[in-house]
Amino acid sequence: MKTDPKEYSALVQKASPPSPVWKDCLWAFFVGGCICLVGEALRQAYAAWGFTLTDAGAMTSATLVAISAVLTALGWYQKLAAKAGAGTLVPITGFANAVVSPAIEFRCEGLVTGVGAKMFLIAGPVIVYGMLASVVWGVIWYLIRPFVG
Amino acid sequence: MATRRGDTLLFAKPPTIAAFGAVGGKKEGEGPLAAGFDLLFEDNSLQQDTWEKAETTLQRHCLELTLQKAQLTLDKVSLVLAGDLQNQCTASGYDLRGLDVPFAGLYGACSTMAEGLGLAACLASAGLVDRALALTSSHFCAAERQFRTPLEYGGKRTPTAQWTATAAGCCLVQPVGNGPFVRAVTFGRVRDYGVTDINNMGAAMAPAAANTILQYLRDTGARPGQFDAIYTGDLGLVGTRLLHELLSAEGIELTNHADCGLLLFDQKTQQVQAGGSGAGCSAAVLCAHILPELRAGRLRRVLFLSTGALMSQTTFLQKESIPGIAHLVELAGHDPLEEETA
Repeated sequence: MKTDPKEYSALVQKASPPSPVWKDCLWAFFVGGCICLVGEALRQAYAAWGFTLTDAGAMTSATLVAISAVLTALGWYQKLAAKAGAGTLVPITGFANAVVSPAIEFRCEGLVTGVGAKMFLIAGPVIVYGMLASVVWGVIWYLIRPFVG
Repeated sequence: MATRRGDTLLFAKPPTIAAFGAVGGKKEGEGPLAAGFDLLFEDNSLQQDTWEKAETTLQRHCLELTLQKAQLTLDKVSLVLAGDLQNQCTASGYDLRGLDVPFAGLYGACSTMAEGLGLAACLASAGLVDRALALTSSHFCAAERQFRTPLEYGGKRTPTAQWTATAAGCCLVQPVGNGPFVRAVTFGRVRDYGVTDINNMGAAMAPAAANTILQYLRDTGARPGQFDAIYTGDLGLVGTRLLHELLSAEGIELTNHADCGLLLFDQKTQQVQAGGSGAGCSAAVLCAHILPELRAGRLRRVLFLSTGALMSQTTFLQKESIPGIAHLVELAGHDPLEEETA
């Protein structure tokens, strides 16, 4: 054919519709913001019930994770995420969804080889590199702490 | 017998598609071609406990329906040529394990329907089979799980992504009959233009489709305008644009082109992004729309191509580009020899 792969690559760019960035951003901002608002309301409520601020924070995270797990199992989280994108991916609820969804999907492959082995299929790299980043930052912090007080 | 001209096999006595069947899932039943399907399921699980079993059941329904329409029993079938998208072609293998009939499994990704139909026509034309079935299927949920992410994972689909059809199509091919007829077959050559985006399959497959169309036109001396329609398998919105661009550069303007991926679903209301895809997509459109139109005489002569992306999850993760393939089958409502003598 007369079109070579390099020219073709330019044609592909032109023919592929771009993601509606502004619309996506607005969805992400408002849905993500709402999830954070729910989190803040929960934290205030736990604090008002007499939990310490640290405990209230932990309880808030646990509650959001539980809500996300239930919504994932009902198939609702995915429906919201299809519109909200990063708005549902970034908060802790997105992490819960990433763990629960493969657990449901691979249940048919057994509790050990399915659920157990594949539960962290998506979230695994986040844990690995999250921990690595915290170790690296820990070392840096150890070294610079005497100078920054 | 057949003669070979270039890559194209021309049948002097064209084999006939004596019966055909199309089965679909929920979304296909809400699409524009719903009325053409023989059977539609509201529940995509088909009362099975895994998606893989659901696809096997879908395929089985399609095979049985086709035989029923032909008023035949399975012992009259010489060979089943079947394929699907699952690893190791298990939807077909597990479907055929319950049936006592010779089986040849095919994998051409989404190009499998034209591949199977083409091979069945060759065997029928040579008198090597009395009757052969060409059968393919795909299932959205089984494919998502294998190629992408779990169903309940909150991912966002890009506008270039395509929706795997939950559908199956089956054609019963025999040496003689009343049509529709398979007049020619062009088995395609693999083309890879360096597309690596798994969410842009149409772009990966368009060069293969353009190449096979050009090859067929060169081999036969035909012009695109001589056909009522030229159907491609599942190029979708992006692949269709690219196919037109590629052929335009060769001096060919397609005015009668339609893509099965854009026919199966309503892009505006069904949220399928760039259109449908999957081995069942072109198979279902062939059996629910194209063949009935040929039989009714509303279409006389068409080119039908199925297009496939020949990558796997492994090659994708290894950053390989996606090779494409397209096979072409020329179909006619009436036997051209009879037309000439009439």
